[in-house]
Amino acid sequence: MSQQSSSRRRVTRLTTVVAAAAAGLLALSGCAPGSSGGGEGKYGFTEAEQVPDSEITVWVDASREPAVTAFQKAYPDVKVKLETYDGGAGGSGSFQSKVTLMDQAGEGWPDVVFSTQQNDAIWASKQTANGEQGFAAPLNKGFLDQDFLDGFAPGSLDFATIDDTVYGLRNDLAQTVFYYNQTLLDQFGYEVPTTWEEYGELGEKLAAEHPGYILGSMGDSFMTYVYYGGSESPVFQSPEAGVFHSDTSDPNAQNISKILDGMLANGTLVQDSFFSADFAAKYADKLVGLPGPVWYTGAIFQGALATPAGQIGVAPPLSWEGGDVAAGNVGGGQWYASSHSKNLDAVRTFLEFVTSADDFQVEASSGYPAYTSAAEKWLDKQAESSYFVNDDFKTVMSDAAGEVWDGWNVTSWSPETAWSKVVIPGIAAGETIESLLPAWQKELENEATVNGYTVK
Amino acid sequence: MTVTAPPAPVDAVPTGRRRPERRRASRMNAGQSRYGYIFVSGYTLLLLAFGLLPTLYAIYLAFTRNGVFVGVDNFVRVFNDYRFLPAVAHVALYILYWLVSLIVFVVILAIIVHAIRVRWLGNSARFLFYIPGAIAGASSVLLWLFVLDPTVSPVSGLLRSMGYESLVNVVAVGNLPVVFTVIAFWAGAGGWIVIMYGALNNISTDIMEAARIDGANAIQTAWHIQLPMLKKWISYMGIMSLAAGTQLFVEPKILAQATKNVVPEDYSLNQLAYLYAFRQNDFSGSAAISLVLLVVALGLSTVFIFRGKLFERD
Repeated sequence: MSQQSSSRRRVTRLTTVVAAAAAGLLALSGCAPGSSGGGEGKYGFTEAEQVPDSEITVWVDASREPAVTAFQKAYPDVKVKLETYDGGAGGSGSFQSKVTLMDQAGEGWPDVVFSTQQNDAIWASKQTANGEQGFAAPLNKGFLDQDFLDGFAPGSLDFATIDDTVYGLRNDLAQTVFYYNQTLLDQFGYEVPTTWEEYGELGEKLAAEHPGYILGSMGDSFMTYVYYGGSESPVFQSPEAGVFHSDTSDPNAQNISKILDGMLANGTLVQDSFFSADFAAKYADKLVGLPGPVWYTGAIFQGALATPAGQIGVAPPLSWEGGDVAAGNVGGGQWYASSHSKNLDAVRTFLEFVTSADDFQVEASSGYPAYTSAAEKWLDKQAESSYFVNDDFKTVMSDAAGEVWDGWNVTSWSPETAWSKVVIPGIAAGETIESLLPAWQKELENEATVNGYTVK
Repeated sequence: MTVTAPPAPVDAVPTGRRRPERRRASRMNAGQSRYGYIFVSGYTLLLLAFGLLPTLYAIYLAFTRNGVFVGVDNFVRVFNDYRFLPAVAHVALYILYWLVSLIVFVVILAIIVHAIRVRWLGNSARFLFYIPGAIAGASSVLLWLFVLDPTVSPVSGLLRSMGYESLVNVVAVGNLPVVFTVIAFWAGAGGWIVIMYGALNNISTDIMEAARIDGANAIQTAWHIQLPMLKKWISYMGIMSLAAGTQLFVEPKILAQATKNVVPEDYSLNQLAYLYAFRQNDFSGSAAISLVLLVVALGLSTVFIFRGKLFERD
């Protein structure tokens, strides 16, 4: 906080937050907006008065900036104001906090928002505390053509669908697969693991024979989806609305934790974030294989690590010995339209463009497009460049999309925060994940309670 | 950061030799006092708009829910929140570290700087101490993000020798009170050193000389003359810093964002109030937390005021 200004206020014993919030509320009480909230316009919500050709504000994370750039190139007549934010990464909830503030002010909302999280529709579809309609505009009640919506991969809109109303468009699919470096496997004489058990054993062998080489990292909070969602651990379940269930004593959760602990101990799992400054420098030529979402293709291998074509292969997601193949789901962002937008035409054009047009989804996006026609072209593009060593990578990836485990759900808060708060600092301090499981579950249940869920 | 900053440099410490002036002040004519009112009016209006009214509104919110009076329900809900007590403990520990380090080091540094006889050296030292305070709160935290991350830090050798290999190690919850104290001291102490220096300048040279003639060395002078005469200023610094310290928000907020919540987003009380208001849509709970902070800060400030005899005239 500014030093000078606070000094002038002498002993201001007020919290900044309440001062700001209350000032906003006071202003509001003087001029309450006339909106009744939750109304039914021709699109299933009360539209704001439209101002043709007005500028639309778009919030994206840094990785989605190319979407806006591509749009501006394709539609130079539509005025777009680009604002970058963290995209809710790590479950920061900044999308919600910012919009709540604007709900209080009754103005200032962005027109389109990209979020890396899957759960925003839960709060964004709800009426606000002071009776305004929810931020997210219903998209399938006339605003977007059903034909267009049908173009998304089956099930890909489910996370953002509440009571048959679609509130968000999926940017990319995020099913996990197993990536491997064929060059290194050949050099060491190893096979691609197919089960979690083999993954752990490969870790032991690799640590003993070729120390320094790695099989993944635990440094990011989304590992909770990769390893616990991918191993069918019933850690984050919401069997019905308002109910939360977590059981870290389940054999799957226990077993995967033991495997991870072993690999952390022998050094085949590291604790650097994939997006840390020196990950590429340290591990670009040390990464033998790892489970991860399909967006690793662009974001990690072609992007951060700049692994050349012809080294990386894609295998089906790991399963338990004798168990079914199940994939985890690691994000795959969502695009939301504001129900308060003054230029819905531009919003519609923008949403259709960023989710389905080749200019972004095929040419500039790092992930596997959720829009089927774009996805096919994206896969073709990878095939043309012969990026992957195995010819069947298309089938592997598209099969995995249908194998995402349905026992991992979305709730109004993100599973990543508890992982970051309990597990990441815990393993950094040398504790085992297995020993942290009860604390992790406790934190998840506590979070569920404060968010109004019943823990069962 | 809520470093409450030093007021304008001091040229007047209320000491005995000011008495004649005060008598003169009481004879001030109406015209002069009118200017006084004009000068404080701007501050008073802002205080009403951004201090008093929001406080009253927070009191209203804290005892109601959706406009209905609910007694202490909001407080009970907040107190039972699993995040509340840890947040209280975090803030309390931080304030303890910070106040102690501020009071001890600021006074020592001010006395040392004051004792420097070489004019340019004293001036440069004060300037150097003051510079970090000129960097606005949030950006100074960003700067510290780099300092604290062993992979990019200019003092990475020091961090590694202390056993910290990554930012996650450095910002482990147990280390945070120290980390925040260091950041706050770096940003806020300089301004206070300048103020204390001003206060030291106001100690009559007669008294200092008398002490020297009586054979007091520098430490004895500091302990028996300078410290007692700085008492009010130390109390004042205590109150301001306490008020600022209870409002710990920007540092943990930015660290939480930068570390993707390894520094928990509910670390401090103000962060919790923020989560209540903007994540849980519960402005009443948020106001309840704020009121608790207000009461605690008022209580502790009262102690400082009376123990430090801040409002007493000589």
